[in-house]
Order: sequence, then structure tokens, then C-alpha cells
Amino acid sequence: MTDVARTSVSISVNGRSFDAKAGELLIEAAERSGTYIPRFCYHPRMEPVGVCRMCLVEVEGPRGATLQPACYIKVAEGMSVVTDSEKVKKAQDGVLEFLLANHPLDCPICDKGGECPLQDQTLAHGSGETRFVEEKRHFVKPISIGELVLLDRERCIQCSRCTRFASEVAGEAQIAFSGRGDLIEVAPSPTQPFDSVFSGNTVQICPVGALTAKPYRFSARPWDLDQVESTCTTCAVGCRVAVQSSGNRLTRVLGVDSDPVNHGWLCDKGRFTLDSIDGNESSSDPLSAATRIKEPLVRRDGVLSPVSWGVALAEAARLLERASHQPGGVGAIGGAALTNEGAFAWQRLVRDVLHSENIDAQYGDGLDAALIQALPRATIDEAANARTLVTLCGDLREELPVLFLRLRENVVRQHNSIVELSFGASALRSVATVSLAVRAGEAHVVAQALGRSGGGVPQGAAFSEDDLLAARRLIGESGEGVVFVVGRANLAERAPVIESAVRYLAERFPDAKFLPALRRSNVVGALDMGLSPQLRPGRGFDPGSTGRDCAQQLAALSDGSQRALLLLGGCLLGNVLDVVQASAALERADVVVVTGHGGATLAYADVVLPAAVQHERTGTVTNIEGRVTSVVPKIVAPGSAWPDVAIAAELAELLGQSLGLDSIEMAAKAIEESTGYPALSVLNDATDGVVVGRHSPSTTPRPLDPMANPGIRSVESAGLGALSGATTTTHASSAPSPASATLELVGAGRGVEVPLVDAYSLRLNLSRRLYDQGIAVQGSAALANLTARAVLHLNHFDLDRLGVVTGDLVTMNAARGAVRLPVELDDSVPRGCVEVPFGSLDESGVDVVRPVLDAGAVVTSVRLESR
Amino acid sequence: MATLSAPRIVSSRSEFADSFTLSRYLATGGYVALRKALTMFPEDVASEVDQASLLGRGGAGFPAGRKWSMLRKSPVSYLVVNGDESEPATFKDHYLVERDPHQLVEGVIIAAYALQVSQAFIFMRGEFALGLERVQQAVNDAYEHGALGPKIFGSNFSLDIVVHPGAGAYICGEETSLIEALEGKRGFPRIKPPFFPAVTGLYGEPTVVNNVETMSNLPWIVNNGGAAFAALGAGRSTGTRLFALAGRVNRPGVYEVEMVKNTFRDLIYDPAFGGGVIDDKSIRAIIPGGVSAPWFGPELLDLPLGQDEVAEKGSMLGSGSIVVMDETTCVVRAAWRITKFFSRESCGQCTPCREGSGWIERAMYRIEHGGGRMEDIDLLLDLCDNIAPGLTWPPQQTTICVLGPSIPSSVHSAIQMFRDDFVEHVEHGGCPHD
Amino acid sequence: MTHFRIDIRQRAEELLALYPRSRSAMLPLLHLAQEQDGYLSDEGIAEVAQLTGTTAADVRGTAAFYDMFHLEPVGKYVVGVCTNIACLLAGGEEMLEHASSTLGCAVGSTSPDGLFTLEETECLADCNIAPVVQVNHRYVRTTTPEAFDQLIDDLRAGKLEHDVPSHGTLIRVRRSGGLHASRAEIAAERLEAREAREARTPKETK
Ligand SMILES: Cc1cc2nc3c(=O)[nH]c(=O)nc-3n(C[C@H](O)[C@H](O)[C@H](O)COP(=O)(O)O)c2cc1C
Ligand code: SF4
Ligand code: FES
Repeated sequence: MTDVARTSVSISVNGRSFDAKAGELLIEAAERSGTYIPRFCYHPRMEPVGVCRMCLVEVEGPRGATLQPACYIKVAEGMSVVTDSEKVKKAQDGVLEFLLANHPLDCPICDKGGECPLQDQTLAHGSGETRFVEEKRHFVKPISIGELVLLDRERCIQCSRCTRFASEVAGEAQIAFSGRGDLIEVAPSPTQPFDSVFSGNTVQICPVGALTAKPYRFSARPWDLDQVESTCTTCAVGCRVAVQSSGNRLTRVLGVDSDPVNHGWLCDKGRFTLDSIDGNESSSDPLSAATRIKEPLVRRDGVLSPVSWGVALAEAARLLERASHQPGGVGAIGGAALTNEGAFAWQRLVRDVLHSENIDAQYGDGLDAALIQALPRATIDEAANARTLVTLCGDLREELPVLFLRLRENVVRQHNSIVELSFGASALRSVATVSLAVRAGEAHVVAQALGRSGGGVPQGAAFSEDDLLAARRLIGESGEGVVFVVGRANLAERAPVIESAVRYLAERFPDAKFLPALRRSNVVGALDMGLSPQLRPGRGFDPGSTGRDCAQQLAALSDGSQRALLLLGGCLLGNVLDVVQASAALERADVVVVTGHGGATLAYADVVLPAAVQHERTGTVTNIEGRVTSVVPKIVAPGSAWPDVAIAAELAELLGQSLGLDSIEMAAKAIEESTGYPALSVLNDATDGVVVGRHSPSTTPRPLDPMANPGIRSVESAGLGALSGATTTTHASSAPSPASATLELVGAGRGVEVPLVDAYSLRLNLSRRLYDQGIAVQGSAALANLTARAVLHLNHFDLDRLGVVTGDLVTMNAARGAVRLPVELDDSVPRGCVEVPFGSLDESGVDVVRPVLDAGAVVTSVRLESR
Repeated sequence: MATLSAPRIVSSRSEFADSFTLSRYLATGGYVALRKALTMFPEDVASEVDQASLLGRGGAGFPAGRKWSMLRKSPVSYLVVNGDESEPATFKDHYLVERDPHQLVEGVIIAAYALQVSQAFIFMRGEFALGLERVQQAVNDAYEHGALGPKIFGSNFSLDIVVHPGAGAYICGEETSLIEALEGKRGFPRIKPPFFPAVTGLYGEPTVVNNVETMSNLPWIVNNGGAAFAALGAGRSTGTRLFALAGRVNRPGVYEVEMVKNTFRDLIYDPAFGGGVIDDKSIRAIIPGGVSAPWFGPELLDLPLGQDEVAEKGSMLGSGSIVVMDETTCVVRAAWRITKFFSRESCGQCTPCREGSGWIERAMYRIEHGGGRMEDIDLLLDLCDNIAPGLTWPPQQTTICVLGPSIPSSVHSAIQMFRDDFVEHVEHGGCPHD
Repeated sequence: MTHFRIDIRQRAEELLALYPRSRSAMLPLLHLAQEQDGYLSDEGIAEVAQLTGTTAADVRGTAAFYDMFHLEPVGKYVVGVCTNIACLLAGGEEMLEHASSTLGCAVGSTSPDGLFTLEETECLADCNIAPVVQVNHRYVRTTTPEAFDQLIDDLRAGKLEHDVPSHGTLIRVRRSGGLHASRAEIAAERLEAREAREARTPKETK
């Protein structure tokens, strides 16, 4: 007999029969059919463990009806379940009473009070008076277990959500249960604090107030909070969030469970950067990242001074106009922090009003924009489910943290394979099936080795033939079912090395898909809107464009062939590799900066136009997979800051031309109508967004279970976008799409010459860290002291060669000078390489690394001396 | 009077001071059974054990043969021996590992051969420092002797045994918790299903877990045949069994007794065994099978020592420990101390056991030491009911493992049998015996 | 550079080799760490974490599950007195009280001279010689107050160094058994045995 896999089974709950999905958990099936079973330990995004016993229900079995945890048992054909009998009620009441026995009931002073599942359950079912007259369990009240998290062990109900998140989802058991019986407690190691970049998730999923976030502590009561659903734009993953405020003050960001994207998780940078937006009332120095720019500034007698919008705009128009008389005399850099609507408006201003093709949303730290457009794009889901996932990028936990969590699933849940091309430390290493060490300047050689059917390990490569063969086997002949995640792993290596690897892989494995690991907020949306010389709005492509990218513009400004620079965002100097060259270029140029934040770059600004930032503006953004979602303002931008679209429109007006984009809605409509790129429809409806150019099946979002999402308001709550209802995927218009980029047409990635590195030198790997010199970190009091330290990571061969051990100081000689830094043993760094965090600071808070580097080199080599 | 005609099956070497050495073992018929087993087909060895109807000696009394037949087919599978023995007043495995470690090792090799398993672990209670040494030495000797390692005695069967020390946690005797401990984790029992490690056990692979005494019976069964074993005892309870007799008796100790043919009274009073109650006091209650078992009153002393016979009366032979409490015993204190044990040993993962055990212990403490309230007595019963709904036997449970429903046994028994003692304690404001 | 002494480290590596997965060596490794330091020091924990591929928090949390592991320094001798049911009926509580007064420290603490740590234990499975006393997990079989005091005197006088070694229950017998048979050979052996078995069990006829 052939077995037909059943997709549904018939079960009965309280006498009512219905169909459930085969293999589904009883708690989920019952909930969808309208029977909510109480719970604490169960979380829909983690493996069920059935420990709290709150969800006990009666299940008919061979030995009569027995009490079973609904969160743990799977539905089976003919299963008969009772959830409302006396026996069930007594068992559940008993569990609740047991949970409360040692609970301190300090709700009035607890952050969770008012949105606490335990409190809610107790109000709904509790008996009202306690039979527990014994002395309660005592622990020292909240203890700090990490930079951002406090633990109150008395409140803990041992549901193990936090410890399971740490080990199961994040893969780093920095907190674990300690002890036994009713003395069991959640504990970090005394020698290693809970410094996971995902620590905030444990606070969010704690069903009581045991874990609280330091930045949020006592800042608001839940009933004062007002909420909108939006998209986090701290990085390019595009996690869905619930943004909450009390009055005009941001109080909290919580992860919303977006099925295709973040599964409810967030990283701590996105979650806790709120005070960089509204928290720094005290600072007014425009050169400090902690300053919000609240009013227009114009340089008068060498000093940036507040002026009216009219004066500032006129000055900006004058500078830009004057420069635009000279061919190529004006250009724009930045824009990744803009919404798609803002990016669309600014590119119109640059191209149509200033008649310039010099425009680039990247700071020379990404990959060729046209090449990315030409690659067959994978979604995050496809990557998380790929038969084989290949990473050719930096440490994703540091670059795109929640993408890392999703990709970890590929192995942990789907039991698929990961091939890691590894440049240094990487959190995926522990779950990778094969790891091939790649040294600076070798990516394209390794890619070619992967693509050949015969032939062995390239000469000098740092991996074994067995590993290479294993990787080849996993990737297969055509790359079917394979997703490559590609990004700039090493900022001290020039882009063409990775680009030619990527091109080769795309040509060699035509059935594979690619997910670009670009990291800066809405950089993908900005590129899709044409903020790159060869790109046009709606992922259009013009191979004939001769506009300048970021590096070319800086060079042109230095040699005088470009005169003015429009900076869309104020963080150029924090991001370019060559600070020396960039500063010199800015020094010579007329600089107009549109920004929400202060920063070192403003030292060169002639005009500063204050803009609204994340959580203050409306629009759409596009994440790495090309998913367009909406961003919704929660608070009003401070002072007289404006939304970008309005600034662009006014400036265009002053330059004598109307963009016809007087509102976000008009901009969104214009995008859709002129390019077919989803914007207005997304702005108005879809919560989980729409992937550009794809018809994905409509998803039914999970119902909003307060136990899964403590603290996130229900659907009815003010301002929260509908969480129920199907996502639409229709494109609003049938406007002709512009010509698109193809591998044949794109120039990037064709050939690269890597100079030899002499035997006394080490190849430098400048790798990204989450806590870097960006505004999200430097502008936030909560995050700033987490900034990466400048340390030289070396493997033990090279440490031994130098005769030093972890902690010793070593001199690094580079093209432009020498610095002395501590070393640290790290065997994930390939032999002959040294890894240093990009954007890191030394002991005294100074970035000492970038100034000594030569950005022109294809690979950067340095010499270390132990003296 | 007790029936003493049955052979000594697992305690046959008790008169030798050097019973734990390889030389003594070989001199007394050691490793003969293994050589014999290796000449048989593995499935025939298993079927002898099945015929013997050997019930597991770890507590649950599940037939070893049936357990073995459930072993899921897989390229790798494991045999794990449970030597965690921590059930209060149970000390028969302690006796076996210190006194006859080679018998255990030979049993393990035979079982591994029957199961066609090539890696076995002997999990030993960490507090058995001497036992660990003796069993490790026996394993080392067995390797030397060719009874372990590659190609045992020149056959086409290889086996490795690792002796694994526990570290002090009663719950690790529960087989899934033991497996977690063997995987290097906290000993949290695994949630069921899967119900049997024979399906999914160590490292997710099929694993048979058997008790030390269960294993120690195997050499005899192979030598004498399953039928000879089954001829001893009666009904489902075949063979002999070690009983650990403790409490208020003149001769506490480990005694090997033929199943069913003897009664509790025989064991307690026969001069060859317990030799009667200290100072000839009368018995108030006995705990028939470890502290997880409900208590019996003196009226059940003539019950035969058989698994089903005891189950019919609402308790169990469990781990083979019998504790005698006499007129001098404060049953409230005894029940409180047992609850304290469970409260200290609850693994802490599931709510009713973690919180319930502590709550019951504290309430019992108040009654025993002053501060008890009349309403506490029924409160205690209700709390017990919230852990083991209905307070029936075998128990229902709101917990993950059966440690939970073991908590109520003594409290419930004590209140049921001696409610007046509780009332007296409350009225007296503490223990009247103090 | 390791925190473990050379000999301990070597035994640790032997232990690791016994198990199919390194985490399985957790408990024996913790016993070793305790044997070296007398308790589980942060450095010992860190080394076990490294050897088992886990985190310090995980190792510490795991160790804290088990009664035999000490996360704080303890005396050279850990004296355990059982008060569980069989010992209770034989005067275990009184023995514990006596021990406390002889040693001059409360239950759960260390004597003023730092030599003894007193613990109230659960059943130690030696109930026929109750009340049961263990020192460093060796049964000392002293059931009367006088015998207990004699024992303490002997320990103080260093007369029992052989019978009661300091911490570490794995100390005396080399754990050389285990993983002697080659994996590949065993796989072939099992396959052969299975085929032989299938050959002799007649296929069921439909
Ligand atoms: C709380 C608890 C403690 C247990 N302790 C032990 C023990 O110390 N020794 C033992 O052999 N079985 C113990 N068991 C029973 C084991 O789970 C398992 O049933 C037994 O080891 C199987 O071996 P057997 O079939 O040979 O009896 C315990 C069970 C529970 C629930
Ligand atoms: S019943 Fe007790 S020992 Fe068993 S899993 Fe639950 S808490 Fe742990
Ligand atoms: S046991 Fe099911 S929700 Fe906790």
C-alpha cells in the first residue's frame, strides 16, 4: 500500500471536531479553532519543552483521559481533548497557585506590571487569596547580569524561555539554569557577563518581570504607552517592530513576529538605540554624535550658527547651483538612512535639477550596486531553508544580527548545510558543515576552486582538500537549492576581490540565488531608488552612465574637478576607510549636509539641514531581500527638523524646478506609477511587506498571543497596524519597468590583480562589529560604552612567531604610520592574517587604526613588532 | 517461616572477603556464562532473558526482555547501566558494585552481546567512591582478560564499557535524566513522548537502560537457562530479588530472597534476615518499596513479596527497599523528612514538583516543629492532589517525570493512616515525642 | 598554558577520549577540576568549558545542579552526615548535631581551622550501618558520637591519609577502559552480524 502523507487530521476539542494540520502542536491547533489554552513556557518560535505545566488538558488515550501538556503533544487523527473540565481547571489553578507561591507579588514596582502574563492569568483565574503562609524564597533584588539587562530572581517562574533563547536561538549559552529544585536560578558566569547582542530578546519574552532592560527600567507604565507598528532601520534586515512612546518620548521597541523576516527577534542595537533619537537633550555640539540637529545651521565666520529654514535653504541652493555650472561640479553621497520616498526625491533633485550623475548611497564599503542588482536575489526564508547556504561575507552576527539568527535555523532546524568561507571570527562557524579559511585577496581564487570539478586546493590556501571537496559536493553542479550570502567581509581589501568572486559564482552556478549582506539601514532601498551612478529608480540600469561613485567623488573634490557635495546623512567620516583623504576632500568642497544627527563630518559642513530620523517619519523601506515594508512615525521630530522629502522638494523649488513630490504619499505614488516598484500600496496595507518583483503566496500572520508577545498591544490598540489579514502582493501599477542590470551588462567583478604580500607581513582583515562608530551606537548612552575595542586578533602560530601572548602590546606598522595595540589569541583568524575590528576605539576612545591605513591597496599588509 | 531453599543468584560470593577480585571471580565460575553466550546467537541469549521473565530491578519493574525487544534498529545504539541508586534506604546496588563488580561487568557484556550493542556505559552514583574504583578495576581487568574490547574471547564481537561517575543528584536515577547527565548536562528528565529511551535515548540514538541488579542476574540466567530462573518465584515475579531492609529492625541489611515465596513478615522477623524489631516493639508502618511508595500498616505484613501482590494493595516493591517504623517512630517527622528529600532533589524544571515539594515540606516542618495549623492537614492533601490528581495508585501526574507523584506518597499515607498524630502535633504546638 | 596541572590535563584528555561527544565528559572533568583545586574555581570552570565546547555559564550552571560539586572553597575534608529516613530512625539528626559541635561549625559551613566542611546529606545507601557518615565520599562507618570524635582526631592527626584521600573520587584507579575497539571495525562487525542474522531468520511468507 502506498502511504499518502496526510496534511490534515481530524481532532475534537471540547466535543467540537475540526481539522488540524498534521504534526502541529495541540496548543496551536486549539488556538486557531478558538480555544485558547493558558501557557507560560511555550513560545511559538522555540521548541516546546512542556515545563511550566500551565497548559495541561485532558487527552483521551488508551488508559483513559490523562493530563497532557498541550504545548508539547502533537495532534493525531481522532484525538479527543477536553480543556474545560473540573479536572483541567483544578490542575491549571494548581499550577498557577504553585507559580505564585514564591513570587514576590511586587507588581506595583515591577516594569512588567500592567502587561504581565502572570498577573493577567492571576486576575483571570486566581483565587484571590493565597494559601501560602510560608516564608518566600529570597534572592538579592535585581542584579546586573550584563550591560543592558537586570535579573530579579525572586520574580522568575523558571519557564526557561530566556535560557532556551540563549542556547537554542542565539546559540550562545551565556545564561543558564544553575542549581536545582526550588533554588534553581538563571545565572550568567561570574567571569563572563551576559553581553550577547541579542540580550534584549530575553527581556521581551520573559513572561514576568524577572528580566528587565536597564534603559527601559521605570521609564513608563504600560498603560501610558502608545504604540505603532513599523520597521527597524538600524540595519538592512528590516525587522518589524512595535515602537512605543509615552508622550513624545520613545520608551521601548519590541520585536513583532514577522513570519518572513525576524520571527519577533531584534538585536540590541535596534532595540536600545532609542536614546540616540530622543534622549540627548543635553548635548548641542554639532560635532557630537549624541546631538540631534534641531534647526538649520549655516557656517558664519567659521562657526555653524542657527538660522531660519529660508536662509539655510537659500544658502544651500546657492552653493549647489554655483557648483552645478561646472560639468560634474556637484554630487551627492549617502542616503542609506532615507526612506525610499526620500531617496527617490533626492535622486530626482540630483539628476533632474542639478543634472549630475554623481550619486552614491554607499561609502565605498559595500559591493558594486549594479552587480547586486544583476544577481538572482534570494529571500531570507529561502536562505534559511536553502539546501546549502554558502556565506561569503563577514560575521553576520556582527553585521546583520537577526539575519544570523534566521540563517542559524538552516542547520539547527532544517538540518541543511552551511559552507562558510571564513575570513576570521564568525558566529556561524560552530554550526557550519564546512569552513574554508579565506585570507585577504583570495576570495576569487577560493570561489574558482569551489567551481572547478577537478583540481585541488589552490596553492597556499589555508584549508584542506577534504574540506574543499566536501564544500563542492554540498554546492553541487548547478547550484540548485543553494543560496550565497555575499558581502564585504574585509574593509581593508578592495571591493573587486569579492566582486569577482561573486561574479564567478553567479556565472558558474546559474541555479543558485544570492542574498546581499549590505548592512546600512535602507541602503538597498536607496540603491533601488537610483542612488548609484548606473542605477535608476525601480532597479533600473544605465550602463552608459559616467557618474562618480563615492571614492571617485572624493578624489574629484580633492583635485577640484567637483566643487560641491551634498551629503545625505552626516556620517561620511565614520564610514570611509581613508579618513585622511576624505577629510582633505571635504576641506576643499562646499558641503551641504542633510542630517538628523551631529558628527565629526559636520566640521566641514557649510550648511546643515535638520532631518527627521527613524521612528519620526513615514514611508517605505526595502531590506536586503528586496522586501518593501512601511515605516511609521511614533514621535514628532525635534525642533524644526523636516522629513527629507520636504527638504528635497523645497530645495528643488528654490533651484527653480518643482519635483511635484509635496508629500510622502505623492512620492510613493510617483514611485509606483513611474517604475512599478511597490510603495504606495505597501504604505497603505501590507504589514509583512512585499518582495519586489515576486509573487509570494499570501501569508496568514500568526495571531497576536500576549504570552508570545508580552508588552505588544493587541490589534485594537491605538496606532498598531493590522496584524491580521492576508498580505497582498499586487503591484499597484503596470508601469513599464526600466531596463535591468544583467551579469553580461555589468562591468564589476571582471578580473582583479592581487599583489604579493612579503613573508614578513600579515594581511589585514578589517572586520565589522555591531557596536561601531555609527550614530546608533555613539549617539546612545545605553550602547556607547559597548563600542568595540581596537585589538589585534591573531592565531596561535602568528602569536608564537611574534613571541607574544594575549594582552601583550604589539606595534602595527602600516602605510601611514604605526600604532601600538594589544593582541588577542583567535584561532579563527587564518594564518598570516591579522584581524582588527573596523570602527573600534583604543583605550582612550580614539580610532587609531584607520588613520594609519592606505585605502588604495587591493589588500592591506601590515608588519607587527613585539617590541 | 521464610523459604530459604532458593539459590543465591546475585549474592553468591558474599562469604569471600576478596569477592571483588578477578581471581576470586574466575575461581567461582566467572566469565563462564559469557563464553557460553558468545557461542549462542545473540537473539537466543535475548530469548533466554525473555523466558526468565526478569523484571527490571530499578523500580518500575518492567520486563527486561520486553524492553530489549523495543530497541529501535539503528546503526548505533547504546546500553546504559543504572547504578545511581539514591532512593532513600535502598542500598542493594551499592552492595553489588562493591562486592561483585565482575558479575555486573559480565552481565553487561552479555546484555550488550544479546542487544548487539558495542558501546556501554555504567553510570554510577558519584558518592560510591569505592564502588567506582571497584567497577573501574573490574572493567580494566576484563580488558586485560580479553572479556572486553575488540573481538571478545576471539569471537566476532567487540565492546567498550565506560564507567561514568554521577555527581550527587537523586533525579539522575530516572533514566532520561541519567541520559542527560551522561550527555554532560543538568539532570533534567526528558519529557515524554518518546516514552522509551529504547526508541530515542543517548545522543538521540536507541538506548537500553537497565539497573545494576537486573544486569547482575544475567550470568546466572545464561548458565542455568531462563526457564530455571522463571521456575523460581511465582506469577510475574520470577527469580530472587535483593531487598534492602532498614529502619527499626535488629539486623538491617541486604538479603536475597525468592520472590513471592516470602512475606514482609518473613523478611522482617526471620532470624536469617531482619531478626525482628528492635526491643520487640510493634510496627506502626512499613515503607514497602522505597520512599516513593505509599506506606503499609502492620495488617499487610503477611503480603507476599511479589510485584503484583504489592501493587494490588496500592503500593509497589519499587527499588527493593523496606523501611520499618515502630512505636517509637514519629510518623510526622518521618513523612516530613521524606518530603524534605524530595524538595531537595526535585530537579526544578516543572512547576508542581518544584514549588509543591517545597511548599509541602515547609508546611510539614511547621507541623512537626511548631506552628502547624489545623487547616494545614487538608491543605497538604489538596497540594498533594495538585501534583498527583486523585491521589490514586498508580498515580496520575501533573509533572514531567514520576518524581512528582512520588512526593505525595508519604504525606498522603501518613495523614491517611495517622491523622490523629497530625492533630496531636498541631494541638501540642510541635512534636510530642521531642 | 592550561589551568590544569600537567597530570590532570593528561587525565582530562584521556577522559575526553572515552566519550563519543566531548560534552559527555562534563561530570568526570568537573570531578577532576575539583580534585585539583578542592572546589570549582573560575579557572577550572573555564578550562572545562573549553574542553567540552561549552560556555562558562553553562558549565557552572550544570555543576550547580549536582551536590558533589562545590562552587566555593571547602575544607580539606567534607564530612557528610545522612539524616534521611533510615538514618533518622537510627539517630542521624543527633549525629549531625554532634558533628556540628565537635567540628565547631554549623551545617553547611567550614570549621574554624578550615579543615572540615560539614554537610547534611541525603541517603548515602549504606543504611545498615546507620547513621551513615562519609568523609570525602568514603564510608567511615562510625555510628556513635565517640567513634565520630575519634575519626576527627585521626583525620586531624593525618592518620587516615590513605583511607580518605582528599577531593576527587576518581583518583585511585586509572580510567583506561573504553573506546578500545575501532569504530570502523565495529561497524563492519555489526553489519556482518546483522546479515548473518537475517540469513537465519526465515523470511515471513505472505
Ligand atoms: C525519580 C526516579 C529515580 C530513579 N532512580 C533509580 C535508581 O537510582 N536506580 C535505578 O536503577 N533506577 C532508578 N529509577 C528507574 C529508572 O528510571 C529505570 O526505570 C530503571 O533504571 C530501568 O532499569 P530496570 O528496567 O532494569 O529496572 C528511577 C526512577 C525515577 C522516576
Ligand atoms: S517532576 Fe520534579 S523531578 Fe521530575 S521533571 Fe518535574 S521538577 Fe523535575
Ligand atoms: S507546559 Fe505547556 S506552556 Fe508550559
